[in-house]
Amino acid sequence: MKEPVHISTNPSRKPDLQRLLHEVALGDQEAFAAVYDTVAGSVLGVARAVLRDRAQSEEVAQDVLVEVWRTAPRYQPERGSALNWILTLAHRRAVDRVRSVEAAAARDTRAALLDHQPAYDEVTEQVESRLEREQVRRCLRTLTELQRQSVTLAYYRGLTYREVAEALALPLGTVKTRLRDGLIRLRDCLGVTA
Amino acid sequence: MTTTDPHALTGAYAVHALEDEERAAFERHLADCPACAQEVAEFTATAGRLALAATVRPRPGMREQVLTRVTSVRQVPPGTAPSERVRRGVRRGRRLTRWALAASVAVAAAFGGTAAWQYERAQDARHQAASAERHAEEITGVLAAPDAKTRSARVAGGTGTVVVSARRDRAVFVTSNMAEPPRGKVYQLWFAVDGKMRPAGLMNPDRASQTVLMRGGVDGASGVGITVEPAGGSPRPTSAPIGLLEIPS
Repeated sequence: MKEPVHISTNPSRKPDLQRLLHEVALGDQEAFAAVYDTVAGSVLGVARAVLRDRAQSEEVAQDVLVEVWRTAPRYQPERGSALNWILTLAHRRAVDRVRSVEAAAARDTRAALLDHQPAYDEVTEQVESRLEREQVRRCLRTLTELQRQSVTLAYYRGLTYREVAEALALPLGTVKTRLRDGLIRLRDCLGVTA
Repeated sequence: MTTTDPHALTGAYAVHALEDEERAAFERHLADCPACAQEVAEFTATAGRLALAATVRPRPGMREQVLTRVTSVRQVPPGTAPSERVRRGVRRGRRLTRWALAASVAVAAAFGGTAAWQYERAQDARHQAASAERHAEEITGVLAAPDAKTRSARVAGGTGTVVVSARRDRAVFVTSNMAEPPRGKVYQLWFAVDGKMRPAGLMNPDRASQTVLMRGGVDGASGVGITVEPAGGSPRPTSAPIGLLEIPS
């Protein structure tokens, strides 16, 4: 069994994913296997961060990867990198799942449990691509506490900004602003361009 | 939310933190706001980096399952019209349901103990939602119970804490910073009853910190044990416990 390749570089340095996806769009299953090896670990990582449950996160990750195969012909390179197209889909599906599975009561629970489970440290314990993790972690440290919490609760926990506001006992407008300011700072620190 | 500046929602939109209605409204705004669209694209790329930082190693069997699955999935034609997309969506829904079931069975085979539970959940989406909710409720119920008692111990380089509610007859095991189990092994929880160990569920091997609802009632158990077992767990411990906590009475 071939081991998956783990991404440790800036997404913009993965030019061949776009070419691979083009071949996948033409029905090339070998190209799809290469796409799988490049992204499966990150797709599963996102799903696991948001869903936590091992079986559910794998189910979502598998569905996302099959969805990549199915909809590859519709991927439009001018709208963003292939990697980000896939990772956005993965996060979207994980968030959809966590919101469909959890009723309002259970979601309150999730906010309550946050005290017991540090939002970010736990996620990064699982990380195998050390360079990427360290850079993201370093940049997250440049955020203010509220910016960092807003970004990590929304992204890694799949909370809506309304839920983030409730969890942190902050006004909605504050969370909205912190989320945006946090992403701006993170974008600049990571040197992200789009 | 109509009184607020829609530009400020770029961040929440990019990390999927808007509710459906607000998202639809923001997407309408996005169509006429190139500056917002640019910012959303940059934030989406930034979120991609957060995703990469969460990368984990999938179990090897997943690769073959996904590659097998796609052999029977027809690809969409480029630039599918919206009406067709809706029809396809319906078909796909049915197919995914069957796949979800197949995936659950495969997962069941890999994870033994949770098999029946997963299988049942896949059979009935409502049941799935209800049981996940019950599960989460049980955990909070125990953690918030007025009679909840806790014991902590050092386990595998981290901390294990058992929280027991005698009234609810349930226990929750909370860990932080535990070392990963050796490859192909899992941590298994046990209730110690009269010197015997009763299986109480498996922990997620990839998570150093987690909260697990222990399987079954406490039912007179005097302690909680944790052992290292082969993936899938064991009916009886196959090694000496790496952690043993007395259940507070």
